[in-house]
Amino acid sequence: MADGNCEDALEELYSFLDGELDELRRAHIKRHLDDCTPCLEVYDFHAELRVMISDKCRDQVPRELRDRIARILGEQAM
Amino acid sequence: MADQADFADQALPFMDSLYSAALRMTRNPADAEDLVQETYLKAYRGFGGFEAGTNLKAWLYRILTNTYINSYRAKQRRPDESELDEVEDLYLYRRLGGLEAARVNRSVEDEVLDLFTEVEIKEAIEALPDQFRIAVLLADVEGFSYKEIAEILDIPIGTVMSRLHRGRKALQKALYDFAATRGLAEPGDQGGSPGVGASSGPLRGKA
Repeated sequence: MADGNCEDALEELYSFLDGELDELRRAHIKRHLDDCTPCLEVYDFHAELRVMISDKCRDQVPRELRDRIARILGEQAM
Repeated sequence: MADQADFADQALPFMDSLYSAALRMTRNPADAEDLVQETYLKAYRGFGGFEAGTNLKAWLYRILTNTYINSYRAKQRRPDESELDEVEDLYLYRRLGGLEAARVNRSVEDEVLDLFTEVEIKEAIEALPDQFRIAVLLADVEGFSYKEIAEILDIPIGTVMSRLHRGRKALQKALYDFAATRGLAEPGDQGGSPGVGASSGPLRGKA
């Protein structure tokens, strides 16, 4: 974990997961992850955390609200 | 120029995700419903100014966020910009025992993730101060890019990144606190079992 590549990889963890790195940086990190299990585990964990947060924050609009908005927009159009 | 006749077809499919975001922002269903309704009404009236072919979802989120910040946040009388405690990077992972050279079971952190309930995740997000909460919602729940978030919130990209960085760490701390409370992980410095270091965090009572 001590070499500079690990430091870079952890520094850019979220930029990588957010899809905000350019192709060159992305490839660089990917090569590091191929060789470094501890960093790969950190990446996997945070990728899963992100998916879990997103999955658990899905609410459905109540039927009445959906109907009400459709009705209001219909009235606006008249 | 976008045609108002197309508005409902194009904009209504985003209602579930706008409503979810509105719930996290206002923290209550009645306000969330009003916020979504107001957002659609404003969007309908302003649709002529929306440039067809650009990002409609981001445009709707901009209206939602501005409406929330201008009306609902004031209504809730929350302090304007609360601050966050400083939390170390990779907080949750480290506390759950990741990055420990000597640990035996290497997959425990991933298993803990499965144990968080929907209510805990929502509560952890809703506990974040506004500016951090909104950034985290836009990035982690809705998947907007830094540039899109910068445009939605009308702030520089560097500010987006710093809010995300700090908001995510605070979220991880809140999640760790849930895990510790439920006995999924050793409590840190709130007086756990004697002899167990705060950072070693072995799991106990795992299902």
